[in-house]
Amino acid sequence: MQQIINFVLRYKSFLLYFHLLIIALAFTVQSHSYHQARFFNSSNWVTGSIYETSHGISSYFGLSEENKKLVNENKRLQTLLFNSKTSDSIALDSTINYTVVDARVIKNSFTNQRNYITINKGESDSIKQDMGVITSEGILGIVENTSENFATVQSILNEKSTINAKIKNSNHFGSLIWDTKMYNVVQLIDIPRFVQLNVGDTIVTGAMSSIFPENVPIGTIKKFNLDTAKSFYSIDVDLFNDMTNIKNVYIVNNVYKSEIEQLEAKTINNDQ
Amino acid sequence: MISNYYFLNIIRFTLLVLVQVLVFNRLNFFGYINPMVYILFLYWYPIKENRSAFIALSFLLGLSIDFFSDTLALNAASTVTIAYVRPTIMRFVFGVNFEFQSFKLSSTTKAQQITFLALLIIVHHLVFFSLEIFSLENFLLVLKKTVSIGLATLILCLLFGSLFSASKE
Repeated sequence: MQQIINFVLRYKSFLLYFHLLIIALAFTVQSHSYHQARFFNSSNWVTGSIYETSHGISSYFGLSEENKKLVNENKRLQTLLFNSKTSDSIALDSTINYTVVDARVIKNSFTNQRNYITINKGESDSIKQDMGVITSEGILGIVENTSENFATVQSILNEKSTINAKIKNSNHFGSLIWDTKMYNVVQLIDIPRFVQLNVGDTIVTGAMSSIFPENVPIGTIKKFNLDTAKSFYSIDVDLFNDMTNIKNVYIVNNVYKSEIEQLEAKTINNDQ
Repeated sequence: MISNYYFLNIIRFTLLVLVQVLVFNRLNFFGYINPMVYILFLYWYPIKENRSAFIALSFLLGLSIDFFSDTLALNAASTVTIAYVRPTIMRFVFGVNFEFQSFKLSSTTKAQQITFLALLIIVHHLVFFSLEIFSLENFLLVLKKTVSIGLATLILCLLFGSLFSASKE
């Protein structure tokens, strides 16, 4: 017994270091799996309020640029509205598939391997996990963690991110991933080799996911080549969004998402 | 005297965390260089203090940075590592005499101080980026990030150090 106590006393700093390191590594490794980053995120009250305060000061510096973006978006939407065929009818509640909440980015990051963005809306604005986040220019990411007043968003610049995407005006879809190299280029994989591609083609979100609406813009094809198996393309996509400068975002919620997911889960269960 | 001591370290801790997350995490120099100046806390921390408390405090420091920057527990792991190896580095840089009661960081030569700081930064960044990137394939990327960001951290730490050391004594 005496020897054990002596051992612990002699190596106490090493043991302390070892334990703390194991704790840190456990948090890190555990968080590699999907939706486990529960403890370490900036959506909690303390970090959220500090970022909110700092954002309150710095947000004044980009107002004119932000204003220009919003005017452009309004212009685009007005054009859509004037040219839509059913302009004289009012949409009924039952035809609404997506609800939209606006929010502001209070913390952005794009230099890490796993980038997260913090926004100033949370559970009190009925933001939940797995809602899609877009800007006026294109998609941004998916809500990962929420607290009362804040939420963290898993950016598309995150090595864990996979989003269903397709070539505009066709139904060939693939997965959008990020190779962590450049913050303005993401990769679209799993497009079959018989598809006709051109540099400059637009990539939009696909209809396969219940998170984003179909046809939300993502970017344009920068270059493409066949993967090592020579059967699928791997495409570099230039993002429409300037990921370094994002202020206003929209959170879209598919009203039927839980219904779709339940149905899909049931179908898979029945198969087994 | 003693309360003053604790007070100074608490202020230092809070200010370094805030400066790190509100200023330096947004620097994005050349698109990816965000210096980690909070390492200065470990450089400034008194040598004669209780070692276990120092390790625990460093863990806490890393963890608070992690909370803000959504980096899981990467900062905590790397900071606790340099807290543990700090005495070894000091013995390497300053020789055995740092264990004497009269030893003071300010009484050493400039070259020794810079070497000490640089070694802390290199070990920290190497652990941090190895864990972040987590693959041997991209070892060159780890080295590239360690060298470039480490250099930026070193320069900024030296500037910060010279800014505040005069009023400290």
